[in-house]
This record gives sequence, C-alpha cells and structure tokens, in this order.
Amino acid sequence: MSVYETQGFRLDNSGRRVVVDPVTRIEGHLRCEVNIDHDNVIRNAVSSGTMWRGIETILKGRDPRDAWAFTQRICGVCTGVHALVSVRTVEDSLGIRIPENANIIRNLMHATLFAQDHLVHFYHLHAMDWVDVPDALKADPRETSAIAQKISRWPNSSPGYFRDVQNRLKKFVESGQLGPFANGYWGNASYRLPSAVNLLAVTHYLEALDFQKDIVKIQTIFGGKNPHPNWLVGGVPCAINIDGDLAAGAPLNMERLNFVSSIIDRTIAFIDQVYIPDLVAIASYYKNWLYGAGLSGQNVLAYGDFPDRANNDSPDNLLLPRGAIVNGDLSTVHPVDLRNPEEVKEYVVHSWYRYPDETKGLHPWDGITDPHYVLGKKAKGTPTDIQELDEEGKYSFIKAPRWKGHAMEVGPLARWIVGYALKKPEFKEPVDNLLGTLGLPVSALFSTLGRTAARGLEASWAAHKMRYFHDRLMANIRAGDTSTANTEKWEPSTWSRECKGVGSGEAPRGALAHWIRIRDEKIENYQAVVPTTWNASPRDPKGQIGAYEAALLNTPLSNPKQPLEILRTLHSFDPCLACSTHIMGPAGEPLHSVKVC
Amino acid sequence: MEKNLPSGRRILVLGIGNLLWADEGFGVRAVEAFGRTFDLPASVLLMDGGTQGLLLMPHIQEATHLLIFDAVDFGQPPGTMVLRRNEEVPAYLHSGKMSLHQTGFQEVLALCDLLGSRPPEMALIGLQPLDWDTFGGDLTAVARDSLPPALDLAKAVLREWGAEPRLRRDGTPGEFLFPRALQSSV
Repeated sequence: MSVYETQGFRLDNSGRRVVVDPVTRIEGHLRCEVNIDHDNVIRNAVSSGTMWRGIETILKGRDPRDAWAFTQRICGVCTGVHALVSVRTVEDSLGIRIPENANIIRNLMHATLFAQDHLVHFYHLHAMDWVDVPDALKADPRETSAIAQKISRWPNSSPGYFRDVQNRLKKFVESGQLGPFANGYWGNASYRLPSAVNLLAVTHYLEALDFQKDIVKIQTIFGGKNPHPNWLVGGVPCAINIDGDLAAGAPLNMERLNFVSSIIDRTIAFIDQVYIPDLVAIASYYKNWLYGAGLSGQNVLAYGDFPDRANNDSPDNLLLPRGAIVNGDLSTVHPVDLRNPEEVKEYVVHSWYRYPDETKGLHPWDGITDPHYVLGKKAKGTPTDIQELDEEGKYSFIKAPRWKGHAMEVGPLARWIVGYALKKPEFKEPVDNLLGTLGLPVSALFSTLGRTAARGLEASWAAHKMRYFHDRLMANIRAGDTSTANTEKWEPSTWSRECKGVGSGEAPRGALAHWIRIRDEKIENYQAVVPTTWNASPRDPKGQIGAYEAALLNTPLSNPKQPLEILRTLHSFDPCLACSTHIMGPAGEPLHSVKVC
Repeated sequence: MEKNLPSGRRILVLGIGNLLWADEGFGVRAVEAFGRTFDLPASVLLMDGGTQGLLLMPHIQEATHLLIFDAVDFGQPPGTMVLRRNEEVPAYLHSGKMSLHQTGFQEVLALCDLLGSRPPEMALIGLQPLDWDTFGGDLTAVARDSLPPALDLAKAVLREWGAEPRLRRDGTPGEFLFPRALQSSV
C-alpha cells in the first residue's frame, strides 16, 4: 500500500484495481488503471501509452522537406495537424517566409479540421458517454419534436421525422446487430437524459454522420486527398487559376472556391443550429456531474494557432491564444517560449525510454528517444501480457513533458481558459453566455463537462473562422495575388550547413510542437511533443501526475463493472482511440470485456 | 467507356485490410491484383480501403453494388474461401474472432443501414488467413495462392452485375492503386 500527496491530490493505491485497456492495432495507444475505495470512488489513477510511436527514429537522416509526410502518419484522425506543424518547423529552421495565401489556405484547412474533428468527437466518440441509445426507443417523438423546435430552428424537427428515425433504430436494435452501439453500458445509473432527449441526440448522431463527410471535402480540394492531405515546405501545394479548370492543372478555380464556400455555410449552420443546442440541452441534465477537473483548474497550456498574417507567430497575431496558467491563478497568463531550454522538458523516469540521467528532463532540441521496455518490480503478468502495471517503475511509452516543472493540461478547455483569462471577447462572451444559460459558476468550467463544452464552443468558433479565411482568400485573389508558395530556399544548397527550428500549433486535442536539428541537408534530430504526451503523461521524478491521471481522481463509479465515468472523462480529452476495457476483479480475474469507441 | 453497364449502376470493389500484418493485407492485395489483371467498365471503382472506417462511408453509400475482398477468421483451415451475399455479409463479418478493422467495417455497414443507404447488392469474398500476426510480413504462400481463385469469384460476381471484366491484353497498363514501392512483389 502506498499513499502520497501531489499537486493537491491524495493518491492511494490500496483499493481494488480496475484496468481499462485498449487494443493498439489501429489507433488505440492508451491503457488506464485505477484503484477504487469501498465506496467505488477512484483514489489512484495510472495512464499508460502502450504503443511506441518511433517516428523520430524513422526521421533521422531524411530530407527535412519530407518530414511532414512522415509526421502526418503519427495520427490519422487529426490528420493534417502534424504536417502543418512540421512544415512550420522546417520553415523556422531554414528561415523560409510563406505567401499570405499559403497562410490563409493553411488556416482554412486547419479550421476545417477543427470543425469536423470536434463534431465527430462529440457525436460519434463521446456522446454515448452521456446518451443512452436504446432508451431513445421509449421516447414520444412528439415530445422530442417539441424540444427540438424549442431549442433550435433546425428544420428537421417534425414528430414524423423523429418517429421515422426511431423506427429505423428499433428495426436495427431488433436485428440484434447493434454495430456501433454494441457493448454500451446502457441502463447505467449515470445516464441522466430523458428518453425524448436521448432520441434527439441519436437522431443528430446520424445527421452528423451524414454531414461530416461533406466537411472533409475541403481538405481534398486544397490538399488533393483525405486523410493525409498534401503539404509543402514554403507554402501550399495548390495553384490558383481562377478562370482555369482542372484540366489546366489548376486545382483552385472559381467553381471549387464556390463549392468550398457552400460547405462552409452548411458547416456553420449545422454546428450553430444542431451541435450547440444539443450540447446545451445535454449539459443541462448533467450540470451536477462536475467531476473530472484534474489539472484544468490549476495548470493549463496553449501554444496558440491560426496566425492572422503570415510569418508572424507573436501572440498578438494568433487567433487562438498562447499562454500558460499555473496554480489556478487566472490573473496571470504567462508567456510561453518553446526555444527556452528551461521551459518545455521531457522526463522518462516512468517512461519506457532511457536517458543518461533520468532525474533530469531534456529540452526537445536535445531530446533522446531511446526505447527501454522494462516493467516495474511490482507489475503483475508478463512483459507481453501485462495484468497490472507498477506505477513506481516505468509504465508508459509516453514521456512526461513539463512546462517550467509543472504538469499541464492542453486542449480546447486549456485554450478557452487562457482566452477567458486574457479577457478576449471571442472566448469570454460565449463562455459567460453558456454558463449563464446553465446557471453555473465559472468554476464549473474545470470539469469533464467543461472540457466537452469548450470543444463545442470552439467548433462554432472554427466554423466562423472558415468563413473569415475564405473571405480573405477571395479578397486576395480579387486583388490579383495568386501566389501560394515561396520556393527561394527549396534547394538544399541555399541552406546553412547546420540549423535548428521549432514549429508549434494547436491540434484539435491540444498543444503540439515539433523541434528539428538539420545538419548537412539532413535531419539530425527530430522531436514531437504531441497533445496526448501532455494529457496522458505518466508521473515525473517528483511523482507529479499527468492530466488524465488527475482528472480521474475522486470520481465515483456507479458500477465498477461498467466504468462509464472513466470513459466519459478520458473521452472528454478526445484521446482518439478505440479502447477495449477489461475489468479485473480483486484477484485479477477478468470480469468483463468490452470495446468502447 | 460505359460499356455493358446498366444505367445508374455504380459498382465499388473494395479491398480492406492492413498491408503491414501479413495475410491481413489479403483484401488490399486482391483488389490490387484484380485491377492489374482485368480491364473494367469505367463505372466500376476499385478502392484500397485499408483500415479506414468512417471515411469509407460516402463511397459505400454511393454504390449500388458493393464487392468486398477481406481476410476473415471464420474458423476454417487457412486458405478456405467463401462468397457471401447481402444479409449474410455483415453477419459474416460479425461472426467469430476477427481483427480490428473488420469490427470497424462491420460498424460502417451497420451505420449505412441505419442511415437507410446500404448498397442494395453486396458480396463478400473472404479468405481464412494463415498468419495475421506477423508485423511487416507479406502475404503467406497460402494467401498468395488464393489470389487467382478470389479473382475468379470476383469476375463471376461482376459478370452477374453486368460489368464483365476482360483480361488485359499484354502490355496494357493495369490499374495501379499504389506507388511502386508499395506494390506487391509477388
């Protein structure tokens, strides 16, 4: 038994251990273990990345102009983000300036990703943590219709429309093939929505599914394909020829730009008339379930993104804010300098890597990625079949990044807290309005629900930014500016023999930065510190826990065999993984196994 | 090029699986070999579906006829091949122990169903794999030897659907789904 205190939390691993373990072959990288006390309250949490990324090793010795294509494969969900940050990193190291249009198109693609990713996360990855799908069959469609018409002017709201969806769902459930709804914790006491609202949410789950596939077409128009659109060091790889057609080799003509514009209009309408009203409706039934604060009320970090003008990454030019808040002091937003060797450092004392001196952290420019897979002394099972991790030893393929020594939360909530603390109206007003509607204090933001709400507000923000950047692009083109790439420094002979750079941005799920060292035209060292590295961080040499670990503490489980609350909080970070849960009994025997998405 | 194809008919030939896990890549290799071997009417779309889930939905929803190549574990001796139709397809994908992408793909079909846009005609050509656990492995000999019969089955299905595949004449370039580096070496 071990009990200790860190960051204001008390950790006690003497109770029953519950293991939530994903399958790792597609996009799952996370395992989570918690100890619960006699009242089924979580008293210890352990977050482990069970897959080694290895991209840094693959990149050594390669052409830096190709790095984006490799780093993009880190994740197929937030697909363009790594490529965007990678080209910024290489441009920073080589001193390349990009044309305004390239910056605008990058921002438009990035805002598109935010809108689509947040929408899919809410309806398809997270909603079922709040919405009891089979319960929708009990709803009176007239009641659902009345609610829908009260909260939104979205046209699909007649009783007949909801009855039709309910009938399809009924047939589907009766066929015995639940598909995406199989293995839910249906009927769990932690579900609180009335049947009529469950039907509303299920209906919009289906509408969102049909709609999201249109949004991503914007990526294919500017980037040639999706997932993994094409990018370019020095700009964007799409030529503008406003009167040309595809046969003339110009992907961007008037017809395409008008098509993008129509998708943007529909994206704004769907998010503002469906997603946001649903979010408010669902939140109103969960406003007393304010668990999951974790580090959000203490330490949050945002690198900022969406440079308004090209080639200027000062905080004033970034539309999503940059800054750090520590110890819950919202009156001070600290500047963040990714080049400063004393700010971001990664530790590996509890990670499956090796450093010469593991009591110290390394800045990513001096980072080492040397895998060293060894379980702690008290781990149960074998190295290829772990039953229980030992958090006193090494227990994760994720390093432990710290900002000035602090464990930090990143993501939509972090960004919106920083924006709120900076009193920027774009962030403060929507937050105050939402809190006012729900009758909640600002402190309610620091919760699982707050994380989910911030993502929704940000989806709307991003959809409107798509419109803003599209308008800017059209204005530039009208003024005769069709430049999309700067190739002055394309040839390696124009580069310094030795240089280094850093590129940063915000992925939908949090702050992301890459660091590079280039020598003799090749990558000498490359390090990526991704959002999940921050949020899923294991302990550091001081025993400080990471954001997932902190957020799970002190949450009661209504039924430990159905860890719905664990998934609700983990999913609120948008970890983008398909996870499979194995619930272990006191003696370690598996009690239950289920796949969750 | 719309030869022999009834109007409004859109045929999607989809190979799913993961090239990095030996026989898991069978579906993708099969659709690759199909395109290399046969000349097809223009409205037949060949696709490497990889391990994509939701991103395949729009393509499936647009199809009137869907033919899937996949490695499916249905507890038979390695190399056993099955052809399954319509209602049997999702049920078949759902049976027995299977790898992740199949679970995902079964969900994709379920969602198309729930949206009321599942292709009216579906066929699955499934192979019982020998080895789907070797990372970085190419197809095993058993799976490689199963490619010709799989292609014969697919040819028969497409003929039935009014899209007769014709053998490519020597020298006509086939449909290449991959850059050269990713093409099968067999």
